[in-house]
Amino acid sequence: MNHNPFHWGRPSDSTYGPYNQQIAHASNVNPMARQQQQSDFPTMHTQRPMMTGTSVLAIKYQDGIVIAADNMGSYGSLMKLDNVERLLKVGQDTIVGISGDLSDLQAIQRILNDLEIDESYDAGDDEDALAAGLKANHVHEYLTRIMYNRRSKMDPLWNACIVAGFDDEGKSFLKYVDLLGVAFASPTLATGFGAHLAIPLLRQRVDSEADVKKLTKADAIQLIKDCMKVLFYRDARSLDKYSMAVLSESDQKVEFHKDVKVEDMKWAFAKGIKGYGMPQL
Amino acid sequence: MDAINVDINHLKKGEVSLGTSIMAVTFKDGVILGADSRTTTGTYIANRVTDKLTQIQDKIWCCRSGSAADTQAVADIVKYHLQMYKANNNGKSPSTKIAASIFQELCYNNKDNLSAGIICAGYDEKNGGEVYTIPLGGSLHQHEYAISGSGSVFIYGYCKKNYKPNMTKDETVNFIKTSLSQAIKWDGSSGGVIRMIVLTKSGIERLLFLPDEYVNA
Repeated sequence: MNHNPFHWGRPSDSTYGPYNQQIAHASNVNPMARQQQQSDFPTMHTQRPMMTGTSVLAIKYQDGIVIAADNMGSYGSLMKLDNVERLLKVGQDTIVGISGDLSDLQAIQRILNDLEIDESYDAGDDEDALAAGLKANHVHEYLTRIMYNRRSKMDPLWNACIVAGFDDEGKSFLKYVDLLGVAFASPTLATGFGAHLAIPLLRQRVDSEADVKKLTKADAIQLIKDCMKVLFYRDARSLDKYSMAVLSESDQKVEFHKDVKVEDMKWAFAKGIKGYGMPQL
Repeated sequence: MDAINVDINHLKKGEVSLGTSIMAVTFKDGVILGADSRTTTGTYIANRVTDKLTQIQDKIWCCRSGSAADTQAVADIVKYHLQMYKANNNGKSPSTKIAASIFQELCYNNKDNLSAGIICAGYDEKNGGEVYTIPLGGSLHQHEYAISGSGSVFIYGYCKKNYKPNMTKDETVNFIKTSLSQAIKWDGSSGGVIRMIVLTKSGIERLLFLPDEYVNA
């Protein structure tokens, strides 16, 4: 005898629809706990990003790194906020630039803040001890573990991040990590639209690690400024006001520039463009 | 296949959208049309210096929003019909109402296949400045002023409160400049330069305002 009730004769699915499994599994045990037990998958909250930030750009130069991100918080096509700071300072000399969902950006902010507190606990007010503590490579590794583990639970932090700073030996550190847990390093990095429009421009000057020592600080800053200008021209979710951080290897310091505006834009040529095909006034 | 809850705003594959802010305002001496200059494919700005103000007849122009291809095609057809009208009526110019009517016929009869939101505005001696709006379904509405496009939703309140009938040319230019400045500020699909066309008894005047000029209007 076949004791499996599901294999006993029953009306065909095509006429009466599929069997309602809840009948077979009806019980008066706590329904929430029940749900967790039954499913083959972890609880998924895969999400869609709601309030978002666009590109983050970064490049290595001879004495460090320049990283920039604009101040726009978009809500779909609504340009809701123009004062969002997307470059986070972690520890003494690490900058994390974050694009993607803003609520997840704030979650990462809380996580990294807790990390900072934990790591600086024993140092107290000792500047040298603090400086020797949390470095960029530690921040990046920690963040990568978090991003990857969240994606493995099908509950990602919907962001793409660039970590810029110095490693334990004081050498420039620049690495990317995103919502999938993908992590990689390069002398030029960008997220979002920047990956399509800015990377080719950045790579024209710094094509490999060998070119890094030929790029001066002034040139690196100008290059990032030019890329932010191109992104403002072509990215429909960008703003012309942004923050830029310049990290120098020689003194292990971070210069933070806020409210930098895109300059030298060319618009006057629009005067000569009339109509779309045949000549018109 | 759901034929009732169809996303009519969905662009066909490869189609380019004029996510837009456009408006046309009648005033004492005629009518002024205004538009931004951004054309987007998704979030990429395909053209940052677009001319969305299109001439249909000497003093009949239209503002185009929606699919760039659809609005260009419709505008070209209306232009043709008005040229034929002029040829067949001894050189007599068609009225703005006639132009708007042809727009309406095309947009209504092809409503399933078009994504076009058009504002038709013109000046003639007899009627002065007139503004007609032809939204997505192909209906026709005459107004003292009209706003349209994705960016217009942010300025309904501002325009309602600040429009006055029979303004001077300078007042109207400022009204349009300030309104479109706000629409551009809040709408990601609008931006670039502000173009205007002034239609009066004296003729046709093209105006251009660059970002530095309008951003603090």
